Amino acid sequence: MVEHRPLSDIIAYAILTLGIFIVAFPVYLALIASTHDAATVVGGRMPLSPGDQMLENYYRAVFVGGARTSREPVAQMLINSFISAFGIALGKIFISMLSAYAVVYFRFPFRKTAFWIIFVTLMLPVEVRIYPTYKVVADLKMLDTYAGLILPLIASATGTLLFRQFFMTIPEELLEASRIDGAGPFRFFWDTLLPLSVTTIAALFVIQFIYGWNQYLWPLLITTQDSMQTIVIGIKKMLYTTDELAEWQLAMATAILAMLPPVAVVVFMQRLFVRGLVETEK
Amino acid sequence: MEKSVVFSNKLLPYLLLIPQLIITFVFFYWPASQAVWQSFLREDAFGLTSEFVGLENYTSLFAQPEYYASMLVTVVFSSLVAALSLSIALLFATQADKNLKAAGAYKTLMIWPYAVAPAVAGVLWIFMFHPSLGTLARPLRWMNFDWNPLLNGNHAMALVVMAAVWKQISYNFLFFLAGLQSIPKSVLEAGAIDGAGPMRRFWTITFPLLSPTTFFLLVVNVVYVFFDTFGIIDAVTGGGPAGATTTMVYKVFADGRLGGDLGGSAAQSVVLMVIVIALTAIQFKYVERKVQY
Repeated sequence: MVEHRPLSDIIAYAILTLGIFIVAFPVYLALIASTHDAATVVGGRMPLSPGDQMLENYYRAVFVGGARTSREPVAQMLINSFISAFGIALGKIFISMLSAYAVVYFRFPFRKTAFWIIFVTLMLPVEVRIYPTYKVVADLKMLDTYAGLILPLIASATGTLLFRQFFMTIPEELLEASRIDGAGPFRFFWDTLLPLSVTTIAALFVIQFIYGWNQYLWPLLITTQDSMQTIVIGIKKMLYTTDELAEWQLAMATAILAMLPPVAVVVFMQRLFVRGLVETEK
Repeated sequence: MEKSVVFSNKLLPYLLLIPQLIITFVFFYWPASQAVWQSFLREDAFGLTSEFVGLENYTSLFAQPEYYASMLVTVVFSSLVAALSLSIALLFATQADKNLKAAGAYKTLMIWPYAVAPAVAGVLWIFMFHPSLGTLARPLRWMNFDWNPLLNGNHAMALVVMAAVWKQISYNFLFFLAGLQSIPKSVLEAGAIDGAGPMRRFWTITFPLLSPTTFFLLVVNVVYVFFDTFGIIDAVTGGGPAGATTTMVYKVFADGRLGGDLGGSAAQSVVLMVIVIALTAIQFKYVERKVQY
């Protein structure tokens, strides 16, 4: 650095600490709320220190559900979220790796056309064409199925572009060498390309897992049965009940549970996450 | 750049492309073209028959005061969220770029909200600022401030803006920090030798060199506000009160689902498609070549 001023460092620490406080406070409050009983939370005088209802609240949220029998327990929602997030991440990786392989390592008529057909999907997120997509999924009898939750969300070009970009950087000598060794397209893909792509696959997986886990509008529309709900839409339904007081302490416990998996992914796989984020946005 | 060595199989590349092409056609092109087609139709009240009405859905859409209101809400919402989240993130990023000892830890502690679902973020913020039970609504009431985001449109807007900014800071912070770290130190040293202080160096050297990142983030943030904030709005306000937080995307959803006006909803979708395509075109034309990591 050009100059070193202790005061500037102190200011920097102060600002960053304030920033972390702002970033963490809403979650801290939710965590606290999830450890108190309903009356304490609803009374509007909730203390800023943890209560003693934590086990009770989380147990009820995960296994029992709300006071009324109509409320599904969160355990099933967590399973649904995991299935759809994994499905979206793995499905996208699968289809986009194959198509990028075709576009980069083969020459065939309509190659450019195929690439553009896929590329255009970048421009229109699912929110814009939500009802027609809903109708297609309904016609295919995919409402309330995992296929319906997963397939429409993997129809996008981000993965294909990412793998295409990565395959372009792989030295051609590798392919020449494999061909001299007598390897066909399958052997080359399996023995050379796949091992080289592990980091890229992992980075894309991290981003897509978070994307899939956090989906809201789409699962909200196509799931009608409570047993197919994901946790993210489950929380909101807990709060907007018409016939009873919302059980905020359970909703906050659910919110904490809904945050945990994707936040853990970001914190523990930070390197892959940053890489995936930067590369998918390029 | 194209590969000069390739495989010569004739059929295999098509087989490799088939899964993605099928999914793209079934779940992308088919519904997108349906949206365009539906925008020229009108369904009867029971959804049994539909007739071709030409541009009527569009003319009635642009005759609705609510539609202009939702445009205004979208513009206000996007500019507030983009301006606030970009400037706050830039402030944090410049501080984290000062070679601090704990920079790595600060980075980790700053970026995790990216992983919080927008709808969950919305729930956290409405809990904090809920008029009757919110922990932060209490001090507002002590100050005799009649805070009620459930009834007052401006308060509702303030709340969704805060939640949206809170979630977007992490993303902007990450890219700003990367942008700052890629600025050569020698340029800043040259500035210091010429006698420029830290503030002067920031505004005359760092900020201009950062502009590609800023511009890239601006476009990304606008796209974020358009689409990803749906969950926040639905969880916090449900578009209310009285449409004060109904953005254009939220209106597509609300009109199609609650009102059942599929033709009008489709026309709105088409308008949105045009806007998004324009935004994406801007992104590719100006951003692609300039941003460097």
